[in-house]
Amino acid sequence: MRLSYPTNIKIIQVPCTGKVDVLYLLKAFQYGADGVYVAGCMEGDCHFLTGNLRARKRVEYAKKILEEVGIGGERLEMYNLSSAQGPRFVEIATEMTERIKKLGPNPIKAFRAPSVENNKTILISEEKNR
Amino acid sequence: MIIGKGKPIPTILKMIENHTKIIVAGCRGCVTVCSAGGEKEVGILSTALALAREKEGKPVEIREVTLERQCDPEYLETIRGFADEYEAIVSIACGAGVQFMAEKYRQIPVYPGIDTNFIGVTERQGVWTERCQACGDCKLHLTGGICPISRCAKSLFNGPCGGSSKGKCEVNPEIDCGWQLIYDRLKELNKLDQLEVIIPINDWSTSRDGGPRKIIREDLML
Repeated sequence: MRLSYPTNIKIIQVPCTGKVDVLYLLKAFQYGADGVYVAGCMEGDCHFLTGNLRARKRVEYAKKILEEVGIGGERLEMYNLSSAQGPRFVEIATEMTERIKKLGPNPIKAFRAPSVENNKTILISEEKNR
Repeated sequence: MIIGKGKPIPTILKMIENHTKIIVAGCRGCVTVCSAGGEKEVGILSTALALAREKEGKPVEIREVTLERQCDPEYLETIRGFADEYEAIVSIACGAGVQFMAEKYRQIPVYPGIDTNFIGVTERQGVWTERCQACGDCKLHLTGGICPISRCAKSLFNGPCGGSSKGKCEVNPEIDCGWQLIYDRLKELNKLDQLEVIIPINDWSTSRDGGPRKIIREDLML
């Protein structure tokens, strides 16, 4: 399909979104990500049965923590899509990038030396969703 | 095991607001099992605190440690070598662990990062419920293995009160009536006659009413 999606997205592959831990999500923000989203398989389609459902719960928990520490839970999101949904992948990437652009950079970077990697969004994706 | 729950992060941030270099100390005992104060929670709390402080432009240096247990002196000694380089310790062990840490490290403040709730069990992954109040005089042999002190809201010793309705407690319809549970269990055991035995007025001196408790085992002392 050769669809293009925003270039500021850095993809981290995991075997299943069930591997995604609250700590990974928080560390991504500590390392300077402006936003993070997790792309799991469609609900009900998990090869390991409940990996994507667990990921969603962890994302919800991490959102609460981000809210408490003042980074903002809306910088983190969970999406479900299948590996056959290329256009949806682009749609989500664009939607998330737009959302993060509106929110501005990760607030912890205000006190850090400027980096060349501004406007970085991290996508944690299942391997087969690439 | 002892069950605890993490305090809200803003509460902990308030405790450490004047510090720039702290230790976050977990415990591999009970609080690891109930996912409140183990190595993973040390990582999550430390990252959350660091994020919040960096956002405020007041970064805090955090050393993450998880001790085998915080209720035994030998494990508390494992941080002796570097503890005095830090301004404070946030302990996410149970209340006993936090206090023992504070006793052993008298020069720096030790703050509680979790609330210690009860002695309980893992009903299923992510759900813990209370079973014991450490009254110091176990009566489970009289009550079908169900504790009337911790399972009955009124800690009654002889039968349910008038608030027991359809097996539930009047305090909260989600709570089973402790005495209904005792009745059902004794029935299963074919020991309903045990309910006719009156349990006398309790001596609470073995419980909290006698002040802080102490056990001495001469045979074990060095």
